[in-house]
Amino acid sequence: MATMKVNQISRDDLDWQIQYNTDRCTFCGKCVAACPFRAIEAGVEKRRKVISDHFTPEPKVQFKTVPVIKQCVGEYNFCRGCGICERVCPNEAIKPVRNEDSRFGVKYRATLADPYKRGGRANLATEKRTLDKIKVGRISQMTDPSLDASRHTFDMLAPFGRILPADEMPFDVVDGKLVMNSATPKVNWIYPIIVGDMSIGALSWRMWEAMAIAVAYLNEQVGLPVRMCSGEGGVPVRLLKSRYLKYVILQIASGHFGWNRIINAMPHMQELPGGILIKIGQGAKPGDGGLLQAKKVASHISEIRGVPKADLLSPPNHQGLYSIEESVQKMFLSLNSAFKFQVPVAIKVAASATSVSVYNNLLRDPYNIVGGFFVDGLAGGTGAANEISLDHTGHPIVSKLRDCYNAAVHQGKQGQIPLWAAGGLGANWNLAADAFKMMALGANGVFTGKLMLQIAGCVGNDHGKCNACNTGLCPVGICTQNPTLVKRLDIDKTAEQIVNYFIATDNELKKMLAPIGNSSLPVGRSDCLISVDRAVADRLNIQYSC
Amino acid sequence: MCRIGAIKSKNYIHPSKALHLMRSQQKGHDNSGFAMVMQDLGGRFANYKELPILSMACTDEGVKIAEDILHEAGFSRVMQWSPEINEQAGLKIEPMPNYVFQVLHYPKSYKYAPAHEKEELLVDIRLQIREALEQTNDGYVYSFWPDVLTLKEIGDPTDIGTYFNLWQPDEDFTAKIITAQCRQNTNYDIVRYAAHPFFLEGYTALANGENTFYEKNKNFQKNLYKGYIGFESDSQCFLYTLHYIHKILKWPLQYYKHTITPLAYDDAEKREDHAILQNIRAVLGNLELNGPNTIIAVLPDGTMFNTCDAKKLRPVVIGHTADTAVISSEVTGLNEILPERDWTQDIYTNEREMVVINNNLEVERWQQ
Repeated sequence: MATMKVNQISRDDLDWQIQYNTDRCTFCGKCVAACPFRAIEAGVEKRRKVISDHFTPEPKVQFKTVPVIKQCVGEYNFCRGCGICERVCPNEAIKPVRNEDSRFGVKYRATLADPYKRGGRANLATEKRTLDKIKVGRISQMTDPSLDASRHTFDMLAPFGRILPADEMPFDVVDGKLVMNSATPKVNWIYPIIVGDMSIGALSWRMWEAMAIAVAYLNEQVGLPVRMCSGEGGVPVRLLKSRYLKYVILQIASGHFGWNRIINAMPHMQELPGGILIKIGQGAKPGDGGLLQAKKVASHISEIRGVPKADLLSPPNHQGLYSIEESVQKMFLSLNSAFKFQVPVAIKVAASATSVSVYNNLLRDPYNIVGGFFVDGLAGGTGAANEISLDHTGHPIVSKLRDCYNAAVHQGKQGQIPLWAAGGLGANWNLAADAFKMMALGANGVFTGKLMLQIAGCVGNDHGKCNACNTGLCPVGICTQNPTLVKRLDIDKTAEQIVNYFIATDNELKKMLAPIGNSSLPVGRSDCLISVDRAVADRLNIQYSC
Repeated sequence: MCRIGAIKSKNYIHPSKALHLMRSQQKGHDNSGFAMVMQDLGGRFANYKELPILSMACTDEGVKIAEDILHEAGFSRVMQWSPEINEQAGLKIEPMPNYVFQVLHYPKSYKYAPAHEKEELLVDIRLQIREALEQTNDGYVYSFWPDVLTLKEIGDPTDIGTYFNLWQPDEDFTAKIITAQCRQNTNYDIVRYAAHPFFLEGYTALANGENTFYEKNKNFQKNLYKGYIGFESDSQCFLYTLHYIHKILKWPLQYYKHTITPLAYDDAEKREDHAILQNIRAVLGNLELNGPNTIIAVLPDGTMFNTCDAKKLRPVVIGHTADTAVISSEVTGLNEILPERDWTQDIYTNEREMVVINNNLEVERWQQ
């Protein structure tokens, strides 16, 4: 019996296998040139053919060496299933096929003694999304007429900033009118969908720039006051000094990346930023901290972040903070005062069993300076993380958002610290529906990240396709700093498509508001939601319908 | 659909006026009940302006429960009156055993108490009586306030009028302000507390239409003040918002309109007072009104007003003469009880105004 090397990684161990048809291949070489993972290569194969060219059989054996495209097999150069080879092939000669019997997860770990890292989202979704089990079931009829989505004027703005209780407003009555006798916390009224928060570094500068262009266009040409959160990776100085800064929410996270430049640019700022977002945690890989691997730290990333070319870890916690109260006093006060209390400061945390405690605590903060509570669920995407964190840690967003809202209602403080929710919203390609439902459950607005990448052309999905954001080899130029790969991304086209998506979403939001008769955002209108799933209905305290 | 009506006059008027006002609109409502609040009382109550009047409908046990609570708190009875019951066969009414209108003296310890302490005491006692009556299902307490009477009953309004002998004018049972409605809460359970008008600390409100922001309003209001309870009707929210804005926050009345139907962001931005308007919208967004509604309300000083939601509206018309103003869902109500008025002066309230009638019967239109 023949021998074999059992422990060596082999093609049938891989998640994706290349299906290649020699007969259709013209050996143009495009697939090999396009694959950023070096998962395929040109090679030769020996072919043995028995032929007979006589009337009677006179078999002769012919050996030929033929050129082929071969799949590479290894722990580093393996196919991610991104399908770029199929896209560039003029003859449909090659494509990746999912290997249902893959053993890659065990091979990788057993060979390299290293936690497997990847990007994307949690890949272990086993059932239908909660939001898809919820419908808008209260439709205005008879006594409460529906609105006309095309003709009615809708007022769709959400607060970013601390809202005081009415009885603490600094109002005096003078000549029968209210006048302000002192300042109130700064509140910016913005579109209820924030683009965020993905850093330059995690994203290619072209992708980041495309989003910034799209956001500026949405504000200045379309009339939608959409804001974009910078992520923690710095901001180009040119943008910091431009009038477009007002559309950007600056993020500060535990690595403080890029803040030297931001602080140095402050005297030159023409406009104040749209807000500050302190990132404590994120929905994907919560507790694991951000990760930018050295291979993505190109020279411009080093500069903008002010760091050497090395693996950049945002620690899972802020090293100087040991309690919620301390975070309020240190970070919120210092960032508020840095911009003279003219820029609202909000906080982003990972959805967690403890989110409600944190939110309760912040709601009771006596300084009234927490300008928003951003809760991020486990279905959010990420540029790089340990797979174990991606797949096995985190908390779904829907019930957690609801819990936070209910906690605020219980305290009678709903709306005082605006709730913003994210984590897999728009994963079914319809952000308007998800945003609407989250608002009805209590969110003031939502934020979206991964969907922007998918609009731009990200080919990854939540079933293990591509998910190579961590490699620096993003095949579509979105999550890479590789000068050749980033050129695959058309900045203007990407910006245009993001703008188009927002315009469509805005129309679709109105299509949801009109039937329930709302002309403003449906925050807290859970009475208009029903669920066809008993458990979901009970958990969220909405009507069960069947 | 509800039909609502309100009469404010320089003269004392009898509730039969309110019955006539409402019965003429009976094709528009379902005749499932009758409720009214009388304020600024005349007749047998005219001499007790400063003393609180308890309005309740209850069993014999309920009377005892209330009297025990009042006695323990130190209240003493000054006068009690019950309507003359006119029982006839075939009346569509579900009467309670007792209808109590009791005038009481404040406890002696409150002799020199400031007004707000007395007011809080009245709310506390009413809530205490209400809770006690609910525990044993012995009745309903509608108001406990000086110079105010409330009557609510389930049944056909015409028959309710007959039962309480309200069709017969009576100089001893009058008021200068009467608000009324002829419908129970037929969308949900029929509960006496759900019948408009609603009353709290001198404020009265009644409304037409559906409060589609009921859940938002209720969730916010239930933590604002101890008296914001019940919520048997989605329209109670309108009263509580009015009370909160005007009584608790002490904001001028026009900010009630700015709270319930804020101007669109773009419109507010153009105004000088945009900072105030935006702040109000930010802090009280949960009290917005989505419509479709028209609201009639009365303030403690007797000012009466009407306003609507900002986009869907509900029918309402205001007519007036030199000594009487009437707000009615349908003009037919006005024609019935104010046939002599100049109908060209009738006002159909628009989505951005409040029509305010002061004690001199001057009718003002406040534009938002």
